[in-house]
Order: sequence, then structure tokens, then C-alpha cells
Amino acid sequence: MDEEDDIILSELPDDELTLQMHDDLYDGMKEEIDEGVNILLGRGWAPYRVLTEALVAGMTIVGKDFRDGILFVPEVLLAANAMKSGMSILKPLLAETGAPRVGKMVIGTVKGDIHDIGKNLVGMMMEGAGFEVQDLGINNSVEKYLEALETEEPDILGMSALLTTTMPYMKVVIDTLVEKGMRDDYIVLVGGAPLNEEFGKAIGADAYCRDAAVAVETAKEFMDRKHNQLAAG
Amino acid sequence: MKLDDNILTEQGLASAAQTGRVLLLACGALAHEILALKRANGWNHMDLTCLPAKFHLYPDKIPAAVEEAVLKNRDDYEQIFVVYADCGTGGLLQAKCAELGVEMVEGPHCYSFFEGNDAFSEIADEEFTAFYLTDFLVRQFDAFVWKPMGLDRHPELRDMYFGNYTKLVYQAQTNVPALDEKARECAERLGLDYERRFTGYGDLESTLKTLS
Repeated sequence: MDEEDDIILSELPDDELTLQMHDDLYDGMKEEIDEGVNILLGRGWAPYRVLTEALVAGMTIVGKDFRDGILFVPEVLLAANAMKSGMSILKPLLAETGAPRVGKMVIGTVKGDIHDIGKNLVGMMMEGAGFEVQDLGINNSVEKYLEALETEEPDILGMSALLTTTMPYMKVVIDTLVEKGMRDDYIVLVGGAPLNEEFGKAIGADAYCRDAAVAVETAKEFMDRKHNQLAAG
Repeated sequence: MKLDDNILTEQGLASAAQTGRVLLLACGALAHEILALKRANGWNHMDLTCLPAKFHLYPDKIPAAVEEAVLKNRDDYEQIFVVYADCGTGGLLQAKCAELGVEMVEGPHCYSFFEGNDAFSEIADEEFTAFYLTDFLVRQFDAFVWKPMGLDRHPELRDMYFGNYTKLVYQAQTNVPALDEKARECAERLGLDYERRFTGYGDLESTLKTLS
């Protein structure tokens, strides 16, 4: 691109700037995303509005194109890195300005599994959707999950596994919740490349989520149901 | 037969004219090893056909591709044996094989059956931070690891993929110094410690031996 064709983000009106940020997010352009976030904040946008209209909306396009086989994992990771960078500017401001909180999730990969790319994407998209996320990291034993459930009191437990050899551990965690009479206290969502819907049902999860966008949609649906039940009860 | 790794990756291996009673329907990444075992053991009753090794990257394609190949060949053979382990299909390949009435290799993946499924499961608790390569994957490292992960274009992503791994274990099926050297170089590129472990053919040999 010629220098004279370069887009000056600060000269764009709000609507064009957000569309340009969607493009920049799609292309994984971290610095441009940071710049765009700062420009919108400088124009008086609420941090939550920047998050949803510029970042989450852009990442949703990335997610759809990933699902449709147009984008692949490396491109999604670059986009995620750009979004993460923008979110790091917004996070402290969101806390100050009291953004809506949809629910709380504890998430981690299961024992013996170190593959956290999917889990990290889900965590980030859940945060973008207004969930508070407590990330337990990788290689979590049933004891670690239980401890986090007790101390964090989340609405949702998310478990992730990439390996055929580690995914059965999700059942160990769910069976332990059942044994302890805690299963119905949480929405249990599971995900990971070798999993499928049938497996999710067989182990007693509430839902299998095939990607980060589905995880967010599913989590929101379950939270709505939970609120409706509480209202009815 | 001279095998071309790029063809095994992209197209697999078409079976030669039928001479055997048993058809081995395998992953292209196992072609060299199976043919070496056939030669060494005189298993002339077995023919080999391979699906593209690149399905290693898209395990969801394996069950349907296996089904298609079984249906295409089943009238010509007394037995078809599927030389895949679960290979990331989450039990779907096992279910498909059961539906088709054919058997397959036991275990979660080739790293496990090359090591020996029992031995692999014993070390799994201590070695879950290891990234494995076989002879084929060392030779095809760029096609199976570096490029599909986008590391040729975006090396900065390396630690997002491999940051939780500690070492690369090269499970050697053969003693070839050049592969050892290349595997060591792969470990360096991924920023991992290196270990070479000679496995030979592990459970692959004992499993194929049972096919009369």
C-alpha cells in the first residue's frame, strides 16, 4: 500500500473507525487495535461500548469465518492476540465503570492436558460477553476444580481437553460433583477438538460447545434459563 | 516400492494389483513402516492402501474416509484391517469400524502404539508435557507442524502453541542418524528440550502379526 493510502484511524468518524477495527482485528493488527481503542475512549465512548461494538463484534466475524473454514487457527490466534491487547486497556476501566456482569465462570483444562488455546479463546470471548472468568490454567485435578467451585462460587464450570486420553477425566469431575450433591449447583460446559455432543451427554455435562462463539451463546442461554427459574421459583 | 512422502501426505497410497487376502487400510504416515514389516516378515497375504496422511491434521475426516475405502474394497478381500488408532476422532472411528464390522489398531494414537500402548499409558502421567514425532513426522515436520500452525508466517505464535510443552520426544522407528539430527533441529525450532527414544514398530508389529 502506498504511504498516501494509509488509513489514519484518528481521522475516521466513529462508524468507519469501528468497521476499520473489525478489519484490523481480522488481520491480527495489535497496534492498530490498541490505537483504535484509545481513540474511541478519547471520544468519550464508554469502555463497555468499545468492548462490545469494536472488539467483540469484530471477533464474532473472526469466529464465524473460522467455523466456515475461511480462517484457520493461526489467523484466529493473531486476532485473539489483538483483541487481548485491546481488552487489557479496557479491563481496568470496565471495573471502574461497572460494566454489566452476566455471570461467572471457572474454566480450566483437565488433568494431563496442557493444550490451552481453545480454553483461552473461550475465556476471552466469555469476558468480552460480560462474564467474569476465573481461569484455572492447565492440568486441573478434580480437587482443584472443586476447590475453585467452592471459593469462587461460579454459575458455570467449563472444562476443556484436546486429547482422547484426557477427555474421560471430565466424567471423573462430573461424577464427583454428583457424589457430593453439587452437580445441580453449576452449569457444566465442555469443549475440545475430539469431543462431540454425544460425549457431552454421555458424561453428564449440560452442553458440549464446539467453539468459543457457541460457548458464549450456550452460556448466555443457560444463564437466562437460570434467571427465569429463579424468577418463577 | 519407492514411496514419496509428499504423495503419502496429500493423496495416500493406492493399493497395487490385488495379491493378498487381507487389505491393510492405513494412514499414509504409516506406509513406510508397514511395508518394512511386510518385507521383513514375508506377509505376502497382505495388501496395503493408505489414506492421505494429512488427515492427521483433520481427524474429523478420518471416519468417513475409512468408511468409503472399506465399502470400495470389501468385496475384493476376505478381511480389511484398519491401521489407525483413535487418532483424535474421540471414539468415532471405533464406532464406525464396529458398524462396518472391521477391526482397527488399539490405542489413542500412533505415538502410543509405537511406544507400546501399555508402556505409553504408564508414562503418560509424567510425560504429558512431551510433544512427539515419529520418523514420518520428522521428515515431514514442515508440512505437519510448522506450516499448518502458521509458524512459517508468524513465528511469534510459537509459544502460544508450545509454551506448555517441555520436550520433544522423537520416537524412532529406525536408526537413521540424519533423522536424529533433523529431530534435534525441530526441537530447537520449537524451543523444546530433545530426547530420542528408539521404539521400533511397537504394537504395530505385534498387531499386524495376528492377521492370518
